[in-house]
Amino acid sequence: MKMKTFITAAVASISLMAVSAVAADLSIVSGSTGKDLEFMTKELAKFTAATGNKVTIVPMPSSTTDQFGQYKLWLAAGNTDIDVYQTDVIWAPQLADQFVDLTATAKDVAKSHFPSIIESQTVNGKLVAIPYFTDAPALYYRKDLLDKYKIAPPKTWDEMAAAAKTVLDGEKSADLQGFVFQGNAYEGLTCDALEWVKSNGGGQIVEADGKISINNPKAAAALDRVKSWIGTISPKGVLAYQEEESRGVWQLGNAVFMRNWPYAFALGNGADSKVKDKFDIVPLPSGGEGGSSAATLGGWNLAVSKYSKNVEEAKKLVMFLASAEVQKANALEASHLPTIESVYDDADVAKNQPVIVKWKAIFQNAVPRPSAPTKVKYNEVSSLFWSAVHDTLSGNGTSADNLATLEAKLTELKGDGWK
Amino acid sequence: MAMKYLKSTAFYVLVVFIVVQALFPFYYAIITSFKSGSHIFEITYLPNDFSLQNYKDVLFKGNGTFIRNFWNSIVIATSTVVLSLFIAVTASYALSRVRFRGRSLMLMTILAVSMFPQIAVLAGLFELIKGLGIYNTPYALIFAYTIFTLPFTVWVLTTFMRDLPIEIEEAAIVDGATPWVIIRRVFLPLMWPALVTTGLLAFIAAWNEFLFALTFTSSMDTRTVPVGISMLSGNSEHEIPWGMIMAASVIVTLPLIALVLIFQRKIISGLTAGGVKG
Amino acid sequence: MAATQVLSKDTSVPMKNELLAGRTRAAMIFLLPMMLALAIVAGWPLLRSIWFSFTDASLVHLYEAKFVGFKNYLNWIDLPSGKRVYTGVLVDKGWWNAVWNTLRFGTVSVVLETIFGLAVALVLNAEFKGRGIVRAAILVPWAIPTVVSAKMWAWMLNDQLGIVNDMLQRLGIITEKIAWAADANYSMAAVLMVDIWKTTPFMALLILAGLQMVPKDVYEAAEIDGVHPVKVFFKVTLPLIKPALMVAVIFRLMDAMRIFDLIYVLTPNSSQTKTMSVISRENLFDFDKFAYGSAESTLLFVFLLIMVTAYIKFAKVNLDGSTQ
Repeated sequence: MKMKTFITAAVASISLMAVSAVAADLSIVSGSTGKDLEFMTKELAKFTAATGNKVTIVPMPSSTTDQFGQYKLWLAAGNTDIDVYQTDVIWAPQLADQFVDLTATAKDVAKSHFPSIIESQTVNGKLVAIPYFTDAPALYYRKDLLDKYKIAPPKTWDEMAAAAKTVLDGEKSADLQGFVFQGNAYEGLTCDALEWVKSNGGGQIVEADGKISINNPKAAAALDRVKSWIGTISPKGVLAYQEEESRGVWQLGNAVFMRNWPYAFALGNGADSKVKDKFDIVPLPSGGEGGSSAATLGGWNLAVSKYSKNVEEAKKLVMFLASAEVQKANALEASHLPTIESVYDDADVAKNQPVIVKWKAIFQNAVPRPSAPTKVKYNEVSSLFWSAVHDTLSGNGTSADNLATLEAKLTELKGDGWK
Repeated sequence: MAMKYLKSTAFYVLVVFIVVQALFPFYYAIITSFKSGSHIFEITYLPNDFSLQNYKDVLFKGNGTFIRNFWNSIVIATSTVVLSLFIAVTASYALSRVRFRGRSLMLMTILAVSMFPQIAVLAGLFELIKGLGIYNTPYALIFAYTIFTLPFTVWVLTTFMRDLPIEIEEAAIVDGATPWVIIRRVFLPLMWPALVTTGLLAFIAAWNEFLFALTFTSSMDTRTVPVGISMLSGNSEHEIPWGMIMAASVIVTLPLIALVLIFQRKIISGLTAGGVKG
Repeated sequence: MAATQVLSKDTSVPMKNELLAGRTRAAMIFLLPMMLALAIVAGWPLLRSIWFSFTDASLVHLYEAKFVGFKNYLNWIDLPSGKRVYTGVLVDKGWWNAVWNTLRFGTVSVVLETIFGLAVALVLNAEFKGRGIVRAAILVPWAIPTVVSAKMWAWMLNDQLGIVNDMLQRLGIITEKIAWAADANYSMAAVLMVDIWKTTPFMALLILAGLQMVPKDVYEAAEIDGVHPVKVFFKVTLPLIKPALMVAVIFRLMDAMRIFDLIYVLTPNSSQTKTMSVISRENLFDFDKFAYGSAESTLLFVFLLIMVTAYIKFAKVNLDGSTQ
C-alpha cells in the first residue's frame, strides 16, 4: 500500500500537467532481455496503476545493429505504433530529428543525472533521450593470481602488462592468457580503443566541438602498446572477440585480466563459475604520466517518437522510467548502474549492491563516444576508427600511418561540418 | 572378389563420411543444448551434462511465446508453399507446354526479379506492406516470401514439365479437355512428387527466413521462430544464452527432419515417374 | 533473349489454329496471377530501390529525397587547386574490394558445392541400406536456420573455446590455435567452409532429382557394352542431368553472389569477407547513406543479370554440343 502511494506520488510529481485524464495505450520498444524485461514489465504495471495508461512492450533481438536498422526504418516510415524507444547511448544523436525534445519536460531532473550522460544525449541544445540506466567497463583481475605473485592491482597499462607477463611466466600454462578484451572489428573495439587512446592523453577521436583529433603521437603510442600485447599476453584470436568470447575465456579461469562491462561481475560469481570469489574489479588503467583512467560510456536511454499519437502520455512514461525511484529499483533488482548520482549513495544500494558503489568511481572518468558531435555520421566514423585500430593490431600498417589515413578519411567525411 | 569388397567398403566409408560431416555440427548443438552454466564453454565430444533446463526455458519461460512463434512459422511456411506451388504449377504449365511469343523473356524476367539483394528491397516492401494494411500480420510474411519462393518454384517446375513427353497430353487434348483439366488430371498426378521436392526446399527457405520476419512484424504473437530464437536472452545484456539457442535450434530442426523423412520416398519415386518418357 | 531456349526442348503440342489460340489464352490466364504477384511483391520495391539510387535519400528522411542523377555512382569535384577528385560507388575502393570478395566467394563456393553436391547425389542415388535416413541426414545443414548455424559455427570456430581447433590439434594437423574469424588469412576460408557445408545439400537434392530422371536401361545398355563407368558418367549421365544441374547452379549462383546473413554473423566487419550485400547493408542501414547503398544494390543487380545471362548463353553452347 505504502509503495503504491509512493509511486503515485512519484508519477504525479513528474507529470505536473496531468490534467488530461484520458488513458492512452502506449507502446515501448526495447532490446532488453531476460531479467531486464521482467523488471520493466513490473515497473510498467505500476505506471499503469498510477496513470491508467496501458503500456505494451515490443521486444527486439538483443543485437544492437538489428535494432538500430529496424528503428531507423520504423521512424523513416513515420510508424505511429511505437511511442517510446529504448535507445543505445550512441543512437539518439543520429535519430535526433525523429524524437521529441525533452528539455522542458526534464528541466527539473536533468541536473541530478551524471552530466556526461546528459551531454551525450543533447544535440544542438535539444535533449533527445533521457537516461534509463548506464554502463561502463572495468578492469577485472584475478585476486588469487595477483596475490600469489604479490602484485598490486595495476594502475597503468604498462603495470598491467608486466603483471600479466609475471603471472604467465610463473604459471607456465598453455591455456592461460594475460589479458582479454574486445578486439573484433565492431563497435566494441571503438569502445576499447577509445579508452586506450583517451587514457594515454590522445583525445577522444572527434572532440566535442567537432574537431578531428585522432592523428596524434599519443594516440599512436597507445595503439602500439596494445599491438605489443597481441601474441604475448593476449591471444591472437582476441582480434575476433566480442564481450561473450572474452567472458568465456575469463570464466573458465583462463585469463589474468579482462576488460568488460558490469554484467560479467554477477556471472563470474555464479555457482558454476571457475573464477567465483577469485576476482575483483578496479577502474581501467591509465596510460601513465599525464594520463588518467578512461571508461567508455555505454547504457540505455528512453526517447519519445515524434510520430507518437500520445506524446504527452509518452513523456510521462519516460520520465517515470528514468526517475530516481525506478533507477534505484533497477539497481537493486537487476544490478543496473543508475544515471542519477544520488542513487549511488543510497543506503539500500550500498548495502545490497556494493559492486554498484564501486562503479561510481569509474563514472567520474567516463568518456562518451563522439556520437553527439558527429551526429548522423557517427556510425561511419566509428567504423572507420575501429577498422584503423583493427588494421594496426593485426599488423596491417603502422599506427602512425593508419591514424594519418584515418584523419584524412574523417576529414573527407566531415566535409564542411558534421551535420 | 576382394576388389568388390574393397569397393563396397570404400563406398560405405564415403557414406559415413558424408553423414558425419553433415551431422557433426548438429550433434554438437544437441550436446551443447544439454549443458548448463559454465559447462557451455568447455569442449567435449561426448555429452558431459544432461540438463533439460534449456529446453524448459525455451518452451515455457516466455509464457509460451516460443510455442506461439513455432505455430506461426508452421502456418506461414505452409501457406507460402501452398500459395507458391498453386501459382507456379499453372504458370509452369503455360511456360513449358504452350508456345507463345516472349516466353524466354518472361522466364528471364522471373529470374531477374529475384536478383535484388533482400536487404535492398526491404524499405520498399515495408512501405508496400504498410500501405496494404497487412503490417504485423501473417499475411505480410506470406506475401513477402513469394518474392523468393515463386521464381524458384516456377523455374524448377517448368524444367520438370518440359521433360515430360508430348504423348501424355495428346490424348487429353484430342478429347477436348481444357488446359485446367489437363493440369489436374494429367500433370498433377505425375507432378505431385516434383511438387514435394520444390515444396520442401521452399518450405525450408520460408521457415528459416529472418530479415523480413523481423521487419514486418512487431509483436511476439506474430513473430516466427528464427526471430524468436534471436530474442532468446540471457539474464543480462551481452550474455548470449548458448544452451538455449542450441536447444531452440534442435527443436526447430526436428520437424524439418521429420518432413524430409516422410517425403523423401516421394522425392525419389516422383522423379522416377518423371522418367516415363522412356 | 533466345538465351533461355536452352531449357526449352520444345514439347509444345503441334495443333490446329483455333485450338492453339485457346491454349494461348489459357496460358495467359495462368500466367496472370504469377505476373501480378511478382509485379507487386518484387516490382515495386525493386523500382523503388533503383529510384533511390538516383536521389540523395537518407533513411531518416526517405520522403524528402531529391533526384541527383548519377552522383551516387560517379561524381567529381574540381578543387581550387585544379585537381579533380572523383567520388561515388564506381571509384570506391571498398566497393571494388567487395566485388572482388563476392566474385571469389561466389565462384569458389558454387564450383565446390556443385562438385560435392554431385558426389553426394551420386552416392544417394545408389541402392543401399538406410538410404532414406541418410537422405534425411544430409539435409540437416540446409534445414538449420542460417541465423543459428552461423552462430553455431562462430562458436565452433572460436580460437580458444571452439571445437574445430581442438579437433585439429588433437589430430596433429595444427600446432597453434587458429583465429579463424579474426585472421585475415583464414576468414574467407572459414566463411567458405560453412557455406559449402550448409548449401551442398540443396545442390545434392536438386541433382538427385535430375539423376532419378535418367532411365535405368541406359545404364544397363552401357554396362553390357562394357563401357567404363567414368565414361558413362561423362557421356551419358552428365548430359542427361544437365537441365536440373543448370537450374540448381543458377539459383545457387544468385544466392552466393548475394550472400549476406552468414557473413553478417560470422565476420561482419572484416574487409577480407565483406561482400556486395554486406557493404550495401552497411550503407543502407548502419550509415546514413541510403541512396549510396541503393546504388550499390542496383549495381549488384546489374552485375547478377549480366552474369546469369552470360552463364545461360555459355551453358547453351555446351548443352547443344553434348546432347545432340
